Amino acid sequence: MTKKNQELIERIVEGAKKGQISRRDFMNYSAAAGLTVAGATGLWTKQAKAAPQAGGTFRWGIHDGNTGDTHDPGTYVTRTMIFLAHTHRSYLTMINGDGSLGPDLADSWEANEEASQWTFTLNSNASFHSGRPVTANDVVASFNHHRGDASTSAAKALLSDVTDITADGENTVVFSLSGGNADLPWLMTDYHFAICPANDDGTIDWKSGDGSGPYAIDSGEFGVQFSLTKHEGWHGEGAWFDKVEILTLNDPNARQTALVTGDVDAVSQVDVKTMALLERDPNIQVFNIPSAGAITLPMHCDTAPFDNVDVRNALKLSINRDEVIEKIMYGAATKGNDFHHSPAQPYWPDDIPQRDYDPDQAKSLLQKAGMENLTVNLSTADSVTAGAVDMAVLYAEHAKAAGITINVVREPNDGYYSDVWLVKPWTLVSWGARPTPDVMYTLAYKNDAAWNESRWQNERFNELLLQAKAELDESLRAEMYREMAMLARDDGGTVIPFFNNFVYGARANVGTPDELAASWESDGARAASRWWFES
Amino acid sequence: MGDLTRLVLKRLGYGLLTLLVVSILIFFAVELLPGDVAEAVLGQGATPETVQAMRDQLGLDRPAVIRYLEWLGGAVTGDFGVSAVSGDPVMRVIGARFVNTLFLAAYAAVIAVPFAIFLGVLVALLRNSVFDRVANVMTLTSISSPEFFLGYILILYLAVKLPLFPAIASLSGDMSFGDLLHRAFLPALTLVLVVTAHMMRMTRAAIINLLASPYIEMARLKGVKPWRVIVKHALPNAWAPIINVVALNLAYLITGVVLVEVVFVYPGIGQALVDAVAKRDFPVVQAASLIFAATFILLNLAADVGAILTNPRLRHPK
Repeated sequence: MTKKNQELIERIVEGAKKGQISRRDFMNYSAAAGLTVAGATGLWTKQAKAAPQAGGTFRWGIHDGNTGDTHDPGTYVTRTMIFLAHTHRSYLTMINGDGSLGPDLADSWEANEEASQWTFTLNSNASFHSGRPVTANDVVASFNHHRGDASTSAAKALLSDVTDITADGENTVVFSLSGGNADLPWLMTDYHFAICPANDDGTIDWKSGDGSGPYAIDSGEFGVQFSLTKHEGWHGEGAWFDKVEILTLNDPNARQTALVTGDVDAVSQVDVKTMALLERDPNIQVFNIPSAGAITLPMHCDTAPFDNVDVRNALKLSINRDEVIEKIMYGAATKGNDFHHSPAQPYWPDDIPQRDYDPDQAKSLLQKAGMENLTVNLSTADSVTAGAVDMAVLYAEHAKAAGITINVVREPNDGYYSDVWLVKPWTLVSWGARPTPDVMYTLAYKNDAAWNESRWQNERFNELLLQAKAELDESLRAEMYREMAMLARDDGGTVIPFFNNFVYGARANVGTPDELAASWESDGARAASRWWFES
Repeated sequence: MGDLTRLVLKRLGYGLLTLLVVSILIFFAVELLPGDVAEAVLGQGATPETVQAMRDQLGLDRPAVIRYLEWLGGAVTGDFGVSAVSGDPVMRVIGARFVNTLFLAAYAAVIAVPFAIFLGVLVALLRNSVFDRVANVMTLTSISSPEFFLGYILILYLAVKLPLFPAIASLSGDMSFGDLLHRAFLPALTLVLVVTAHMMRMTRAAIINLLASPYIEMARLKGVKPWRVIVKHALPNAWAPIINVVALNLAYLITGVVLVEVVFVYPGIGQALVDAVAKRDFPVVQAASLIFAATFILLNLAADVGAILTNPRLRHPK
């Protein structure tokens, strides 16, 4: 950058700090001074930004909703419901913008020495929209909704090691576990564990849509839209908007047009294909946030030819991740290294060598295994993620250099997760972000997990998993996760080409904190309570 | 008129029979789809235990025929059951959306039908002229383009480049009628473009067909003006085919607009049906399909009645 431009930028920043120029002018001047839009946005938020301002109606277009949605937290599945839940209900804890764990309904929490008993103290200011305070009873009932034989909750498996949940007075809840789990407070951020008001019989009232979150639902229609008004006396900080409107905008073009024309103030997903074009619009800011969501290609480790570790590693070496990220994701992804632990999660080991495309080494591994000219089937469907089939075809091209023939089998979109995933020996799967490596590994890599999608059995890995889970010493834990990552990378059955970034957008007059949470799109699904309008 | 009443009643009877057959076909078609509502709702988060628990709650383990007969028993008494996914009564799930769909269809029809017939008469009058050719090419182009493409073109020019109308047609309960018309204008215009060609071409063809008749030649020889020949003499005899094609297009406006709904985020019944199929929510699929089937039956009946009323010969069969 030239000296002249440097001076110009300093003057612009100075002007912005004094409130002499608006954000839009700031963006325009910065562009004139040679800054990119992304650079100018960063500069504005870091240096020039004014304090958050209250007021306005935040219209928020969300990319996935269905007429068949319900308020039942056990069957939350669409983004609209998950984002709505973070807006009208509360969780015990929340993931902050910087990725750390912070309080929501629970003020504080502590564990016994084995991490097998956790005590959460609730914020005594918290109240439901109906007016009554949130008590320990509500929390117990909300968690019991996901437990027991009759529960249809998709989060049942997450609580399988919870033996008992009891209320100790009005404001204290005690979780007893069958073994230690140092991650329990992180687990509380799972989107299913929204706190609902308890009925007298110990069940919860989820139907009414009452909650204790920053905004209360005025009216709404599933799969269409929800109107919410600020919950005066909310226990948290933020909630600058007076009203929030959540619109389901399933069509990528409709979402983009709505953002461009100003029919909405923010959208939860921007098509990566048009991301670069939108970034050029001075009225729009695009956020590109590395996440813990991943694309995985699990091979059944008990099925030939995947039962041979050399074959598995040959396949891991036969994908050109850089090209996949560039061509399929348009750069909006973080390179994977065949262990399901993302840089956006805590304890990420940063010193593990990156596995790159190496068809020659793959060839020699296959020779060693006596499997030259390997032919395998890879099942996928476009409903898994945008470009899933293209990605598989590209992979097949890469693998040809190693003498491997990958037949891409295009499965029906419908019923992919019931008929193909966990059934066919090699599939392509999309995983949402999980808060910690323990949750992810326990869900899909533990030897007896229902979703052990690669049917991988590794004694040392499973031993470490249990040890790390109960370990409260952070550095010891990080060391264990490092060893597990190495095991998964070199022995496991899952090819992980990348962790997808969250790409979403907002109008330029929307103010955001410096750091955006990576747990979901739109600032960890909490844009409504964390963002504001700049005048 | 006694004959007509009898005809209407007879046709309504056949209509009910058709609906019964449709309901059976729909039920077993949904059964044939892979997976059931429990697997669809739980999706990637399904485990054998939770799927079983949900099946038990919904009674999905019982034989399909029993479940169908149960549903039928409710339906004939006016109870269409509750949505398998949300547990809400079906009528509440699709009622408001059906009203929205009817509103959009009516909005489009009020513009499209007079416009198409007027244009049809005009091109019949000016047949083989440049105007005729241009009108034909324009309307045929619009009917040949996919609806979502027309929608995007309209959004590009009337919402983005020239911000006259909102790009998304999300409705809310407290809008005034004027606001509603403004919000829903682009989807309605898309539908107008889609259905105009068919009706216009049929009007033109029916009229031109009649122009070769001796009585028209007689009228012309009397010195009647060309527009009067068409409007007074040809059009009355051309109504039957025109009414038929209008009815067909009205049915299309109600049943075939899911793409337009998606493009404009319009909360109509088409999207509800697609969502329900994806979730295997049989009661909602069934109710929406029956509404569509009934729409076709009633509009076809209306077309026949209209044809009979406009043709005295049909009213007095020998």
